[in-house]
Order: sequence, then C-alpha cells, then structure tokens
Amino acid sequence: EIQTVLMSTSARLFRSSPLTVRLRAALRPLCPHSTLTCTARLSPADVHSPFLACGSGQFVASTRKLHVEPKSSPDGAPERLPFSKVTEEDLAYFRKILAGRTITDPDLLESSNVDWLKTVKGSSEVLLRPQTTEEVSQILSYCNSRNLAVNPQGGNTGLVGGSVPVYDEIILSTSLMNNILTFDNISGILTCQAGCVLENLSLYLEERDYIMPLDLGAKGSCQIGGNVATNAGGLRLLRYGSLHGTVLGLEVVLADGRVLDCLATLRKDNTGYDLKQLFIGSEGTLGVITAVSILCPRKPKSTNVVFLGCETFEELLKTFQLCRGMLGEILSAFEFLDSECMRLLNTHLKLPNPITDCPFYIVIETSGSDQDHDSQKLDNFLEKAMASTLVTDGTVATEQSKIKDLWSMRERVTEALTHDGFTYKYDISLPVERIYQLVTDMRQHLGDRAKSVVGYGHVGDGNLHLNITSPAKDPALLAAIEPFVYEWTASCQGSISAEHGLGLKKRNYIYYSKPSQAVALMGNIKAMLDPKGILNPYKTLPDDLK
Amino acid sequence: MSGRVLVGVKRVIDYAVKIRVKPDNSGVVTDGVKHSMNPFCEIAVEEAVKLKEKKLIKEVVAVSCGPQQSQETIRTALAMGADRGIHVEVAGKDYETLGPLQVSKIMAALAKKEDAQLLILGKQAIDDDCNQTGQMTAALLDWPQGTFASEVSLDGDKVKVVREIDGGLETIKISTPAVLTADLRLNTPRYATLPNIMKAKKKKIANVKPADLGVDLTSRLEVLKVEEPPQREAGVKVETVEDLVGKLKETGRI
Repeated sequence: EIQTVLMSTSARLFRSSPLTVRLRAALRPLCPHSTLTCTARLSPADVHSPFLACGSGQFVASTRKLHVEPKSSPDGAPERLPFSKVTEEDLAYFRKILAGRTITDPDLLESSNVDWLKTVKGSSEVLLRPQTTEEVSQILSYCNSRNLAVNPQGGNTGLVGGSVPVYDEIILSTSLMNNILTFDNISGILTCQAGCVLENLSLYLEERDYIMPLDLGAKGSCQIGGNVATNAGGLRLLRYGSLHGTVLGLEVVLADGRVLDCLATLRKDNTGYDLKQLFIGSEGTLGVITAVSILCPRKPKSTNVVFLGCETFEELLKTFQLCRGMLGEILSAFEFLDSECMRLLNTHLKLPNPITDCPFYIVIETSGSDQDHDSQKLDNFLEKAMASTLVTDGTVATEQSKIKDLWSMRERVTEALTHDGFTYKYDISLPVERIYQLVTDMRQHLGDRAKSVVGYGHVGDGNLHLNITSPAKDPALLAAIEPFVYEWTASCQGSISAEHGLGLKKRNYIYYSKPSQAVALMGNIKAMLDPKGILNPYKTLPDDLK
Repeated sequence: MSGRVLVGVKRVIDYAVKIRVKPDNSGVVTDGVKHSMNPFCEIAVEEAVKLKEKKLIKEVVAVSCGPQQSQETIRTALAMGADRGIHVEVAGKDYETLGPLQVSKIMAALAKKEDAQLLILGKQAIDDDCNQTGQMTAALLDWPQGTFASEVSLDGDKVKVVREIDGGLETIKISTPAVLTADLRLNTPRYATLPNIMKAKKKKIANVKPADLGVDLTSRLEVLKVEEPPQREAGVKVETVEDLVGKLKETGRI
C-alpha cells in the first residue's frame, strides 16, 4: 500500500535529494491538515538514516502513528503542561524577597506579555525583577520546588516568540541587573550583569577606547544576557566572530537554584569541559544567565562606511570577493538589501535613497587603526569596483553623523517592515551564492498572495533575512510559505534559523537542520539540567521530545 | 553678471561626537577628534550646486579658512559638485583666535577678487553658534543680505529670498551681488556619489594667505574660560503619591 501511495503522489518540484522527496511524498497524504514536520519523528536531515528506505518495518510503524491528526499547527502553542498555578502564598514569598519588585498589575504586565513583533501574547500574572544573582537563585529554587514555570526575559526584542510567556509562566526579568562589574583596559575584558543594555555597554566601552564585539539593530533595548542566551549574531560577526568565541565566562543560575560560577576572565583555559558553551544559545531553557564576561576589541581609529548599488546579485557577490581581497583585514561588515527594502524605507520611514535606484544595495564598513592607510585601501577598492562596472553607483561616509545615516538604511529595514503589515520573518543560513535565489523563488511561488517579499541581511556570513508581508495575518499565505521555505533551505543543507533562534515559533522545525539523534541528545541534556522542565517551557526543543 | 557663486565652508567637530573640555579650561579638545563640514555649510553648498544644475549660475567655488585639514572640507564640497576650491591658510595661534570678524574680512576680499555674483554661507557654525559672518561680510561689502534663507530663487539680477524669522516667514527681493545665509529647511544636502568623489580628486584647490588679501587677523576678543554646563542630576524615584507630595513639600516646591 505504501508503495502505491509513493508512486501515485506527485511530489512537488523541490530542489532536494531523491530520498527526501520520497519521504515527503509518502507522508503528505497521511497528514492533510498540517505541515509536514509537526508529528514526523523522521527528520529530513536524517539523510543517512537507515529507515528512509520505504517498505522497511520501522518506516511502516512510524507512518501508522501519523494517522493521528495533529491538534494545531507546528508553530502554534502546544497544550499547557501541568505546572502549578501561582497562589497567594507564592506571591507572599516573592514579595518578601523582592519587596517592591514583584509586579502583578495587569497594565504593567501588558508589555512583558507581548513580543516586539506583537505576534505572540502570554497571560502571565507575575513579573519578578531581581537585582542580584542571589535573588535569582532564591526565585528559581522556590519555583522548582513548587513546580512553577519561569520565563526568563531580557530586553524582549527576540523575533521568534521565545521571550514572552505562552501561558501563565512567571516572567523573570533581568532589567534591574544592569551593573557593570569590572573592566580591564589592558586585556579588554568586561564583566557585567546580564541585564545591561547593549548600547549602554557600547557607550561605556567607547569612552575607554574599546567596543563591544557585537552590534545589532536592537541595541537600544536588548540586554547582554539575552544576546548570549540566543547567541546573537549581528552586524560585526564577519570581523569579530560569534559569542561562542568572545564570551569568556558566564555565571548561570540553574533550574534548582544552584549558582554555576564559570565567570572566568581568562582568554585561555582548557581545564575540563567548557560548560559555558552549553548555555550560549540555549534560549533560557538550560539556566538563567546572570553575569557575563566578554572579550572586547579596541575601538577602531578609522571607520568608513560605503553604500553601493549593484545591478545583479552575481555582481554583488563578485564585489564581495573583490572587497575581501582588497580590503581584507579592515573589512568589518558586508550587508545587503534589495530594492524592495529601499522602497519600504522610502515609503514608511521617509528615508531617501543615498544613491540612484538599483536592484541591490551593499553596506560595507571598514575599521582600522590608521585613517590614511584605510582611505588608501578603500579608494583603490572603489576605483576598481567602479571601473569594472561591478558597481553602478555609491557613496562614502567618514563622519560619524553620515555613517549613522548610511547604517540606518540597513538597520531600520526591520522597523520599516512593521509598518507594511503583518510580517512573516525567516532567518536562513545558505551557501552564499544561493542566498538570493530563495527570494526570487519565493516571489514567483507566492505571486499576488503576498504584499511585499523582501530580502536583506548579512550576506558576508551567508545569512538571509527573508520577510514577507500581508495586510493582515493570513493563514492561506502562511500555508503557501511554509514548509516551502524550510524545504528549500533543507535542500541546500542550510539552517532554518541562522541567528534568531527557535523560540516558540520555530521549535518544531528543528529537524530541517539537525538530525534526530542530535535533537534527542539535546533532550537528554535538558532533562539532566532541568528535570521538571520549568525553564522557558514550550520553547526551543520540539514538542515531540516530551 | 559673472555667474560665479562663492560658498564658505567651515571645518567643525562632527555633531555626533561627544565634546570634551580641555583640563585647563582654555577650550575644547580638538586633537584626534572627528571633524566634518558644518551642517549649515553643507546646505549652502547644496543650494549653490542646485543653482548650477538649473543653469542659473556658471561656477561654484568653495572657500575654507583654516589649517591644512580644511582642504578635506573643501574636497567634500568638490565631491558634492563645486568646481574648484580656495584654501585660505590660517594655522597655529591665528587659527585659535580666528572668528567671524576675521573670516568676513577674508570673504569680502575674496568676493571682490573673484567677482562673485552671490556669496552663500551657512547661517551659523555648530561650534561657536555665532551667526555673524554672513551679516558682517554683507556690511563690509555693502551688499544686500538674505539671511536664514529657507527658499531662494533667482529672477534676472534680483534674488527672492524667503526668510525664517520669529513671527513666521518673510519674503524679500534683493539685488545682486548679495550675501545669503542658509537655514535648515533650505534643502537636503545630497550624498556625494562615488563618480563625483573620484572626479573631485582632480579638481583644483588654490592656496591663498590672508596677507595676500590684505587682511589683518588680529582678534579683539580673548577667551577667558571654557567650562562644561552643570551636570544634570539624577531624578529621584518615589513609590507612592504620598511620597511624591512629601518630597515636593520637602524641597519647598509646594
């Protein structure tokens, strides 16, 4: 029977391996109302797994399971797990240890219950604001013993619904933990509490001739604890690397209240397993980060920003290669945006195009220690780029004010999109040469169903931000976008979440980018560190792991 | 009419930079600090280039008074579309005491020498906020002046200027040659495009000394002290309305 189903089902034209095409084709008729992965334990990433061969016993067994109709769409919330509910006694305890910092007023809770994109809303009735690690430890120890779920929250700027409660989880805010602890201006190592706002840290460091190793559009609101918990990437990753490299130590409070002090400030320390790496990117599900020590680079003496226009994506990539070759060690950012992004910036934010209209735009930043050297290198690169007609127009900025203006063209695209309607956001890692193909294919695939389809992002890191807008939330449009976008990504062995993380919205799509064995091991680690599962439930790990 | 427009451009500390007072309170730290063209001067250059693009004037000459680095500011004006530059070299002690009076004497001399039809300046510089150079230059030349211009249109040998004044907008018609000073809403300065930046490198910047123009740079002003404004004190947060009323009474506010 299964064989006939396989033959008769017409597979859609994916750019995927024959094995995965057969898998999807077989499973599709068995779950008609949902997208593929909600109940599939089989992962498209399990390319080498034995049970993909159809007709095997295991295959049949798993497909029988799929006759059960799923309750909701894969990025909707699962049912509430049997955590305790908050009682008056609980509130009395919190008020005792956090006098004046236990918030129960619904008006004050409102903004902490909704994410930045205004797409996810929880119904928490308690917001706690500790100031010290000790207080966080007391809170978690108590919640663990009472089986109360906890949602750690920093700046609440996450884009995958990971920072707000799904049900009535207690919100644990780090906003009042905003002290800088130490800064060594010889080694450049900064230690601070997790609630420090990124922009404030940047300002502090800039006065001392250093900068943070990461920078993102949300810098005015996001907190370093959240950045580390989500392994934030950002605009400087090309030059300074990821948080996995720049974070030297963490202080984390575990689910049962134990304080794990790994807040070393050493550049090199190979003594045992590097535990902090587990928590970087764990999205608040393995522990609550309370302090961070991070290695900061020197502030560059010379910064230049160039805004260029290209006719085709191929020329953009060639410009990238030319740039790498001629600017090399001074290159600190290489970002792109398409003409649709420019249209949104012009329309919704009234930001004028610095140059003439082109299909693609590049923002290049150089950072170095010598203004004359860098200007020379930059001039040579620009002359070559213009002479070879890879670039059709451009402008350069060396003054701080103009640099800010040019960066706005890239940093404010996210903001412009929120004015265009309901936004479907996809943050994808792909091989660099294929990045824009996904945008083109999506436009063709959606046709008139979407209002705008835009592509922009950290092209230098192979990271595309694909955004689709519609006047209002549109389930039919969503069904057209997903799983098309995830399957397309999986077919290139890409990542379905390059830097935004999984949170609530993408937890069930993890199998597109990680094999099921890996996901199972993640579940083991979660069970070991948080046996009751109170830390940020319903997030990051897929529902079928329970 | 010569069809030549002179535009004065001043090199100032970039407005996004945090200003620091020197420890001896004699002035502001300028060493190693990012400088750029005064924003109102940018607007002046943009207006001049626009007039040239409309073919109402023939040539735009950018002028700057200052040390070697002022040439960068002139290059920026050239990249925006000015045809050539004049760098009036003033350095050292003379540069420290250079103010509107000295600059207007220089501008007046150059305007005569270059047979300028119009002299366009920014209304004021963001470092000293003097708002005097345009007016003084007009007086020295005995030319009409259209200051705080938010709209400029040429009409034969006359210029119609809409001025931003306290009560609203005032429209005047003055004859050329004239001095205009640019206000914020006159235009939005363009970004210098790469092709123009490349072309600007080949444009000429002439070097002139104030003595060649017969200008005496002695200043009648002496800076006694420069200090930061008083630090804004942190506010006090109170828990309840009663606390607020209590605090207001305490500090004698009510």
